[in-house]
Amino acid sequence: MSEKNYNPNELLICTASRLMEDGTTAFIGTGIPMLAAALAQKMHAPNLVSIFEFGGTGAILEDLPIAVGERRSFHKAVAASGILDIVETAQRGFVEYGFLGGAQIDPYGNLNSTVIGDHDHPKVRLPGSGGGNDVGSHCWRTIAIMRHDTRRFVEKVDFITTPGYLSGPGTREAAGLPPGTGPYRVVTNLAVLGYHPESKRMMLLQTQPGISVDQVLENTGFELLLADEINQNPPPRAEELRILREEVDRERFYI
Amino acid sequence: MKILQDGISPLLQKPDVNAFREHNREKPKELIDKRMTEAEAVRKFIHDGDYIGTELYGTVRCPQSLVNEIVRQGKKDLRVAGQGVFELDMLLAASLVKALDHTYIGLEVYGISNCLRREVESGRLETCVEWSNAGIAWRFKAAAMGVPFIPVRSMLGTDTLKYSAAKVVECPFTGDPIALLPALILDVGLIHVHRADKFGNAQIDGISGFAFELARASKRLLISTEEIVDTDVIRAQPDRTIIPYYLVDAVIHAPFGSHPGEMCYIYERDEDHIKSWVEASKKQETAQAYLEKYIYGVKDHQEYLDLIGPERLQQLKDMVPGR
Repeated sequence: MSEKNYNPNELLICTASRLMEDGTTAFIGTGIPMLAAALAQKMHAPNLVSIFEFGGTGAILEDLPIAVGERRSFHKAVAASGILDIVETAQRGFVEYGFLGGAQIDPYGNLNSTVIGDHDHPKVRLPGSGGGNDVGSHCWRTIAIMRHDTRRFVEKVDFITTPGYLSGPGTREAAGLPPGTGPYRVVTNLAVLGYHPESKRMMLLQTQPGISVDQVLENTGFELLLADEINQNPPPRAEELRILREEVDRERFYI
Repeated sequence: MKILQDGISPLLQKPDVNAFREHNREKPKELIDKRMTEAEAVRKFIHDGDYIGTELYGTVRCPQSLVNEIVRQGKKDLRVAGQGVFELDMLLAASLVKALDHTYIGLEVYGISNCLRREVESGRLETCVEWSNAGIAWRFKAAAMGVPFIPVRSMLGTDTLKYSAAKVVECPFTGDPIALLPALILDVGLIHVHRADKFGNAQIDGISGFAFELARASKRLLISTEEIVDTDVIRAQPDRTIIPYYLVDAVIHAPFGSHPGEMCYIYERDEDHIKSWVEASKKQETAQAYLEKYIYGVKDHQEYLDLIGPERLQQLKDMVPGR
């Protein structure tokens, strides 16, 4: 395909959607994760249990929520409780996937959404952790969704808001975080990335359609590991795009 | 217990659970009619320098009419539990906040808060102590439990913990590191609910965020409500009561009290109005003009609603599915 028939957001949504397995639980944040979860429910994962931070468990995502606490986040849900029930559920190990974002990410998947510059005299004051730190602490596997450039993919983040693999293998557990948890994938406009099983450093797994490995490396501000085999993520399929446009985001709030 | 790490930020409010007990002992347990206006409640119960907290999720059920009145009365040097969207933006726009126990202030899908940026980057907001969302809610839970701290597994290993006032200790049972978060006892809590009686018994429809915990973590609690109901309504379904009357100091009848936020099953959020604030908030002057028009320029919540207009309010009601 020479002409792209999808936009960058649609690519991110379809890529994230494919990562979600049926019959698991996913902690859904505002924006792209909501669309990805809704699309997954309508495609390959009808039994995906959506979990929204402020209390919605198991919503049927017929209408797209625009915020994590609004009524669509518990539409036809099995339970409507509160934030501590949800985060304690994750703390007890019930939540498989969690979605994250941030202004900066480092090779170990640590995320910054607090400040650019010094904490007490910041150049830019960002919104803060919100639920990010909780998701990154307790979910088994976290997926970060990021725009890919050297300002965002940095050797050292200005502030670790949300824990990735901290400073390498074993450091999460040493800090007291639950064993076996941590970053799983990073989905960007250029690539799908994972983490090396031993070193826990970020590793290129797939390039997005039409993107070369060199383009990914040029836009990453640290040394990126390369998987033995790097293939291309298939572009959004016609059926994915149709469902996304006609059913998931009918009002084109996001896409 | 061995302390492994101390958060370096100050504790903005001491977890004095004994003083909290004394305070709670003195609170009236009689059924008293606590109805009053926003102006009376804010004047009587909120003072300069107080530590206040709002309960909401995003713009859902935000106690906007009460916050607008705080801005109107210019209560200043406030310490605030910083989890909010529109309503905390108003306090920041009016430069009333001195210190934040911060977790999230932003405009959700519309991005970062320009008011937060201006206040923090200029130094007018002197102290930002970092926490996670659940961290703040757990701090309310500890206060609600009447204990000085709560052990949790959030925030560990991060700068969020380093710049908080939490501590990491070696768990006396497992030997693993665990974070201890200090109880957060509010001087004043603000919650908007679907219905309450005149004594303060309050019910919420839909998800309840952290209302249960915040209500029990507040020395003084102001409840604004869409509807004042007869106590018989409460007593017919007591299992729905999330806030019993003895926690409550004031009951404010505030229809559309969350506008431009939403109340599930009653009215939707006013997206156009929120977008107008997103634009206005970009510059100090336009943010001030917004405050002038919608807060300083009206005398109370009713005048605010008149300014929004009955047609628009009806539209927001009509947008609720099933109506």
